[in-house]
Amino acid sequence: MNRLLLPAIAIFVLVLSASCGPSSSQAAASDSPAAYIENKGSDTIVNLALAWAERYQSDHPEVRISVTGGGSGTGIASLINGTVDLANASRQIKAEEVAEAESNGVEPVEHIIARDAIAVIVNPENPVSELTLKQISDIYSGKIINWSEIGGEDRPIVRLSRETNSGTHVYFLETVLRLSNSEDKTLFSMDTLLLPSSEGIIAEVRQNPNAIGYDGLGYVPKDLKVIAIAEEAGGAYVLPAIATVNDKTYPIARDLYMYTDGEPTGVVKEYLDWIISAEAQEIVAELGFVPASLTPNASP
Amino acid sequence: MEKSLNWHEFVITRLIKASGYSAILFVALIFFFLVREGVPTFADTDLAALFSVRWYPIESHFGILPLITGSLIVTFGATIVAVPFGIGTAVYISEIAPRWMREILKPLVELLGGLPSVVLGFLGILVLSPNLRVLLDLPTGLTALAGSLLLGGIAVPTVVSVAEDALDAVPRAYREGAWALGATRWQTIWRVTFPAARSGVLTGIMLGVGRAIGETMTVMMVTGNAPVLALKLGSIFSPVRTMTATIAAEMGEVASGSTHYHVLFFIGMVLFLISLGVNVAASSVVFRAKKRAERILS
Repeated sequence: MNRLLLPAIAIFVLVLSASCGPSSSQAAASDSPAAYIENKGSDTIVNLALAWAERYQSDHPEVRISVTGGGSGTGIASLINGTVDLANASRQIKAEEVAEAESNGVEPVEHIIARDAIAVIVNPENPVSELTLKQISDIYSGKIINWSEIGGEDRPIVRLSRETNSGTHVYFLETVLRLSNSEDKTLFSMDTLLLPSSEGIIAEVRQNPNAIGYDGLGYVPKDLKVIAIAEEAGGAYVLPAIATVNDKTYPIARDLYMYTDGEPTGVVKEYLDWIISAEAQEIVAELGFVPASLTPNASP
Repeated sequence: MEKSLNWHEFVITRLIKASGYSAILFVALIFFFLVREGVPTFADTDLAALFSVRWYPIESHFGILPLITGSLIVTFGATIVAVPFGIGTAVYISEIAPRWMREILKPLVELLGGLPSVVLGFLGILVLSPNLRVLLDLPTGLTALAGSLLLGGIAVPTVVSVAEDALDAVPRAYREGAWALGATRWQTIWRVTFPAARSGVLTGIMLGVGRAIGETMTVMMVTGNAPVLALKLGSIFSPVRTMTATIAAEMGEVASGSTHYHVLFFIGMVLFLISLGVNVAASSVVFRAKKRAERILS
């Protein structure tokens, strides 16, 4: 036993030292980075921001980027307090946040970094595959309670939503339930299930033919059915995809933002320029989001 | 020599006394903190709004009634599950099971008590709730019932270990006396051992109920979190939102010092008062039972 073990250990140590060699010298080279970038905010964006930071750091070992989540509000609050260089947000900065920033001597500048489509999903067994925005609004506000009212089977509708602290929840409330009308005070029906995670929504839709849910397109697995949506009755029903988000025919898509204090300079500017370059926007598409640089209103 | 012994004794008694009092201190501090953060609720919202039926904090609807009824109905269901199962298991382990069986069962029950609740929540989402939906033909399986079943499972080990200890502590002479009078095994258990251990069994049940009402992760995952008023018994088959799940889900993002923040602490206060009520009720029942036992014996 021992006679076998010793050579095995020897080989293991050799392999280990061989594999450690190059990486440890690389670590030594980047031990003294020239610049740090602090990046914090939206949980929707955090995976994307991490993927960008990894790729950028492997090409630019002199830059260190630290990415943390916590929510859009947390990121913007940190920007206002001056603790981060870049704040990620899945919603636009609010007027009161701008006022607070200005009183703190911070001038938030907005950069659109990607776009995100919200997909409405149902169980594959559900025959309904097309809905208008108004119908989805009526479903979630509790005016439509059975699938048979909108061309489905005679089944009760089980509404699924993210928790109220999610930026996606607020966006869905404003854009779909209230049809972007700020005077409208419609609320989610009281028996809407508020699930704490995307995973919870997907698990329930996967096994329950009564359920309807919504989530960022990047999080929707292939085995669920995505609903085609028309902005108005009689309009064309459109499925969410990169092309339909960019030509604005898919109605529930939002911009994702990064905020800086003043116009960015130095390393932060280089990083932001790289983010809207074709190379970085390829990563956007890989993760299921919609690239921003192809849209006409992309930030400079 | 004697002097140093006295000195040791002095330090040790004080230390033990201090740790005894520290429990009181901690409870008082926690309650003080809850009150300090929760009471400003009354300044921010009026009572009628607080006890309304709509909970939607991002639009300033702070009705906590659905949350209270949600917690109560889930806990009630969990008690119905945990009490018969827990007491049955305790009686079996302590009175009926052969020695070898006992040595397998006891550690297994303790292992069940050590299961992380988030793991049970996962089982609930993936296995329990889909099956409940199909079996009972419900719109969704994410209901108070799913929460009750899992919480019952979480409370069972607590009930079993405390009740089993109490049954075990009943002197053997009681059982032998009953057998000598010709009582069957069942009569001995039901009429002699069980009443003798009653206060310990009741403590076990109350600890189990306390465990169930305070449990957060599992209920947040399986009860659907819809803030609907649960007043009928049939509400157990519909989704509910509990107080604990509300605090856990919303505390992370709430702005410190806002109305929403104070209301969440107010919910914490209500939760604290409910468990206090459960404990006081339990100890008063135990106290009365003891008094009666003393009267009979004297």
